[in-house]
Amino acid sequence: METNATDTFELSEEARAEIDRVVPRYPEIRSAALPVLYIVQGEKGYLSNEAIEWVSARLELEPINIYELVTFYPMLLREPTGKRHVKVCRTLSCALNGAYRVCDRFREAFDCELDEVSPDGAVTVEYVECIASCHTAPVVQIDEELYHNVDEDRTEELIQMIRSETKSGS
Amino acid sequence: MPHPKERRLLLSHADEPGYTGSYEDYTARGGYKTLEAAIRREPAEIKKEVLDANIRGRGGALFPAGRKWGFLDPNSDKPVYLICNADESEPGTFKDRQLIHKDPHQLIEGMMISAYATGTKLAFIYIRGEMFGGARILEEAIEKARANNLVGENILGSGYSCDLIVHRGAGSYICGEETGLIESLEGKRPYPRLKPPFFPAAKGLYMCPTIVNNVETLCQVKHAVELGGKEYAKIGVPNCTGTRIWSLSGHVNNPGYFEVEGGAYTFGDLIYDMGGGLREGRSLLGFIPGGSSTKVIKYDQRYRGKLQDGTEVDWGVEDIPLDCDGCNYFGSSSGSAAVMVMDDTTDVVMALANLNAFYAHESCGQCTPCREGSLWLKKITHRMIAGEAREEDADLLKSIADQVEGRTICAHGEAVAWPVQGFILRFRDEFIDYARRQARERAAREQETTAAVA
Repeated sequence: METNATDTFELSEEARAEIDRVVPRYPEIRSAALPVLYIVQGEKGYLSNEAIEWVSARLELEPINIYELVTFYPMLLREPTGKRHVKVCRTLSCALNGAYRVCDRFREAFDCELDEVSPDGAVTVEYVECIASCHTAPVVQIDEELYHNVDEDRTEELIQMIRSETKSGS
Repeated sequence: MPHPKERRLLLSHADEPGYTGSYEDYTARGGYKTLEAAIRREPAEIKKEVLDANIRGRGGALFPAGRKWGFLDPNSDKPVYLICNADESEPGTFKDRQLIHKDPHQLIEGMMISAYATGTKLAFIYIRGEMFGGARILEEAIEKARANNLVGENILGSGYSCDLIVHRGAGSYICGEETGLIESLEGKRPYPRLKPPFFPAAKGLYMCPTIVNNVETLCQVKHAVELGGKEYAKIGVPNCTGTRIWSLSGHVNNPGYFEVEGGAYTFGDLIYDMGGGLREGRSLLGFIPGGSSTKVIKYDQRYRGKLQDGTEVDWGVEDIPLDCDGCNYFGSSSGSAAVMVMDDTTDVVMALANLNAFYAHESCGQCTPCREGSLWLKKITHRMIAGEAREEDADLLKSIADQVEGRTICAHGEAVAWPVQGFILRFRDEFIDYARRQARERAAREQETTAAVA
């Protein structure tokens, strides 16, 4: 890795201030790793090698201490996602109620493979494990929002919603 | 609206029209009065109430919270930490989500009472990373509680101080295992620790005494202290005091959460009455009673014999009480009280393949039997649903599962093994028929191809 990545890595003042607020709350600095990674990922969209180095230096750790987290936790991303991150719950209660079809429909609509950004950059579609809302199965999480009872009609609505929102550039 | 068979204690206001779960709504209904009273009493008295209440851990292990607290060494000079396990991710379970979203101050009050009783100066809520909304709700509620001197320095002028931090996980199921959670909170991979010596009450977070309790358990603490432990224990039955929130999902007409007095009703009541029964023309194949790691119970199972207390019973699956131990007589466990119902249209091989994929994905990889075994199990069931099932697969699956169980640091090994053992024990014939049917189909296809070539 680059030796001076920490000098060149850019992060907004707001993000740095948020990190400075969060870190001292923990009795041991290493505990702040996940919250700091979330702040960086929130700004950058994913965690590059430079980001990993910067975070490790900020927390007085070795890069491996952060790298091993980024390669373990599914919600820490090594690559950018599409503009919308679609996560279809694949575990039993959702599967019993049609989740596989829902996921296939999203992939078909955006012409993409699972876990890969669609050619138009609109979405990344992936499966997520049980998301704790089995009574409203099947459920789909789009970015931070959870959508319930996603039947065929609702799936089409969500696809339309993503299409119209991502066209306008956001 | 709550079902007439429910007895709502924790969810008493959750679905009340107009109730938002805000600080104002909560305090208007007597919220934080229990903390106010508790903080004027000796911590030992509060501990005694919780011990008397016999609140069994609602995360699924069912270990009494009061006894867990009793493992704290009163002579230790290290700081004590309290952690709320809000990493709700055992498939089928969605009760904690309701408690967090609909009445966050109840959880905060339960936590501050528990923190005071255990001598905690810093407490954490470890919440699932995917629960963005829940984390925001808790953050805001804590700020509101802090502004009202219910969290933070010198709480209600008592001289007792305790801070509360919401810490978000990052999508890993194993963080629900308490020692994995602690490792994760320390900023590491969530590799569970060996017990002994790393019982959290002795060597937990930062090697300090630590109590980890589930969301529902901590909410129950608030009610146990409010009513008094002995009064609380009169609700329900001895093996399951208080209420339990059952998460019902799968093939029922009215899936949802139902808070029921311990032992007051049965699985039949839950599935056919509260849950609205099965869909038109379908019949019950079985259900997973306590989260997906517990063993499946098949519709035609019976238990004839004595209960622990000596009572003679003759139970069908509909007669199993909604308590803590009833499922044990059917070779399973009530775990996290998450009931997943499967009707007669269910492809059992597909269902097990789904669960095997889950447990393989979520194995942390630390112990070889779990890491390798869960993958083998997943590969076998995946091959089966891909059309290459073999008659011997049923016994092969069971043999692998048997070699994972009991050979790992944490209970994920059991969580890998139990679904397989349960499905093969109850549906072995269906697994073999499945393979035979595929063999016939393959033979027919081959014959067609040969005929076409000829």
